[in-house]
Amino acid sequence: MLWAFILKRIFQSIPIIIMVSIISFFLIRLSPVDPLAELKLNPAISKETLEYEKQRLGLDKPIYMQYVYWAKNFIKGDMGTSVTGEKVSSKIKERMLNTLLLSFSVLFWTWIIGIPIGVIAALNYRSVYDRFLTIFSSIGMAIPSFFFAILLLIFAQKTGLFPIGGLTSAGFYNMNIFEKTLDVIHHLFLPTLVLTTISLAGLSRQMRANLLDVLDSDYVKFARARGLSETKVIIKHALRNAINPLVTLLGFEFAGLLSGAALTEYVFQYPGLGRLILEAVLKSDINLVMASLMIGSFMLILGNILADILLKITDPRVRVG
Amino acid sequence: MIKNPKMRQFLKDKISVSAFFVLVILYTAILFAGFFATYSKEYSNRKLSYAPPSNVYFIDKEGRFTKPYTYNYNRVLNKDTLSVEYRQDRTKKYYLKFFKKGFEYKFLGLIPCTRHFISVEDGGELYLLGLDINGRDNFSRILYGGQISLTIGFLALFISFPIGLLYGGASGYLGGFIDTLMMRFAEAIMSIPSFYLLIILAAILPSGMTSSQRFALITVILALIGWAGFARVVRGMVLSIKTQDYIRAAEVSGASKKRIILKHIIPQTSSYVIIAIALSIPSYILAESGLSFLGLGIQQPDASWGNMLKEAQEFANIVYRPWLLVPGFLIFIAVLSYNLIGDTIRDILDPKSKVM
Repeated sequence: MLWAFILKRIFQSIPIIIMVSIISFFLIRLSPVDPLAELKLNPAISKETLEYEKQRLGLDKPIYMQYVYWAKNFIKGDMGTSVTGEKVSSKIKERMLNTLLLSFSVLFWTWIIGIPIGVIAALNYRSVYDRFLTIFSSIGMAIPSFFFAILLLIFAQKTGLFPIGGLTSAGFYNMNIFEKTLDVIHHLFLPTLVLTTISLAGLSRQMRANLLDVLDSDYVKFARARGLSETKVIIKHALRNAINPLVTLLGFEFAGLLSGAALTEYVFQYPGLGRLILEAVLKSDINLVMASLMIGSFMLILGNILADILLKITDPRVRVG
Repeated sequence: MIKNPKMRQFLKDKISVSAFFVLVILYTAILFAGFFATYSKEYSNRKLSYAPPSNVYFIDKEGRFTKPYTYNYNRVLNKDTLSVEYRQDRTKKYYLKFFKKGFEYKFLGLIPCTRHFISVEDGGELYLLGLDINGRDNFSRILYGGQISLTIGFLALFISFPIGLLYGGASGYLGGFIDTLMMRFAEAIMSIPSFYLLIILAAILPSGMTSSQRFALITVILALIGWAGFARVVRGMVLSIKTQDYIRAAEVSGASKKRIILKHIIPQTSSYVIIAIALSIPSYILAESGLSFLGLGIQQPDASWGNMLKEAQEFANIVYRPWLLVPGFLIFIAVLSYNLIGDTIRDILDPKSKVM
């Protein structure tokens, strides 16, 4: 049953992926930028590579054939050469993992902190604490991420408590596994703080709204009428049902993170996908832009599928059509 | 006094009323930017780049209250630290003047005018929020930049919401294959991380455009990002509205599809639309500032709050020249005010709403 659901969900997303690839391909190719201009300017790139790229992209053929060529190569995993002469696929793989690391770290902390905040606010509905939370979360949502990142960088610079950017320190390759982990966590801290602060507001509000809804429902009233203690009512009956809708939000949040992380990655010089695509855009590195756009969309679609599957597991009633 | 109960409910909420006043102040300032600005858009004092804000004194050396005055800055090279410092030239006081004639500007963009709210005696220099790297007055540029940063969101809304409404309305009402096709397309747009799409669209803009062309195109790009998610929600609402009896009645009485969509279905979505508008202005403001911060949005020499913050990326600037951070705080204040108002509007119009 679950497998059928997963398969159905994956099949459903295939037309979307094809559509995304068509949109991004034509968007970039129809712009007045020669896809090989930057490659030609780099003297380190040989004539053979250029010729190979021309063949690979089918630049002498009409545009729809170019798309077919590109798509064929993309499926085979050949994303071409970047302006600097590296293979796009290996570059993307490294950056993708870094962005996933950052996103999961943010999602983890958002849930760990956001859910209790929302629960406490709902249980103290309309109290001073509840008001305070509403204002606090509005403030969190209103800070421009890059500005907050800049302020934290000043803090890091002045106190020396945190490294100013990057993901690893200079001597990373000589460290043992324990030191390596610590070093990465140390570097992750500030970017995670920025992104968590911003996404915390949405999640804790949603949790508050859901729990308020559930507390008002008949089965909670019934549980209370049966004489269950308030703690038991909340933990056994209310919380579970209030968290379920948040699972759908996971996919949505992940999408927001991919986009929102780009600016933060840029300010912190974090080697993630967002900064990669930004650098690629600024250097008009067409192969790299196309590939990172596709991979970013893949991750987003996959995130949504995973959230749906999770929801199916936690709440078997759900049918996604 | 005020009859509308919803309006009265809004006025009872002190926080959103204060937020509303903050926005009124901000928009008044940018509407009359020329009048409040101390220097013109073209002004730059190359000799005093990064000069700190002028101090304004109300009490003179003898401890008496006087008319406010200020001193000019002199650029001095500190021989010990080998750094450039700005020292006040205490030999001559310059009194502040109100409603004095200065550079010419267009009042409300129409009427040529030369009066300014605040300026200083001839020969004096008044930099309320210091200067930037090119010796341009930060305070005046914040006013001019606000004209772009605070209006671009509104303009983008005027493009993206009609598109979203019509698209979602048509898709939901027509149903069947057309609906599937239209929704798959909207989902595809939503599946591209929006900020990636934003920077790519901004980057493929041809160079060599005038600043107003660029402004218009950036607005269109911002609008192209937001419509899909909105259209999807509208479609969902339309699906439930179209089963209602009065739509059937309209169909039976022979109304055209176009008429039913425009006259009967779309108006029903109004309260969601108002909430969505109130809550999405801030995201447009943030998107513009982010884009300009990266150098892909509004370009120098035009000011916008985002591109003014570009300078704040350098450590020396943030630590020694904190006045360059002011636009960041203003973005924060504007977005916060919009969020607070949006929240209240949502609570009033649709207390059970799940729109975040």
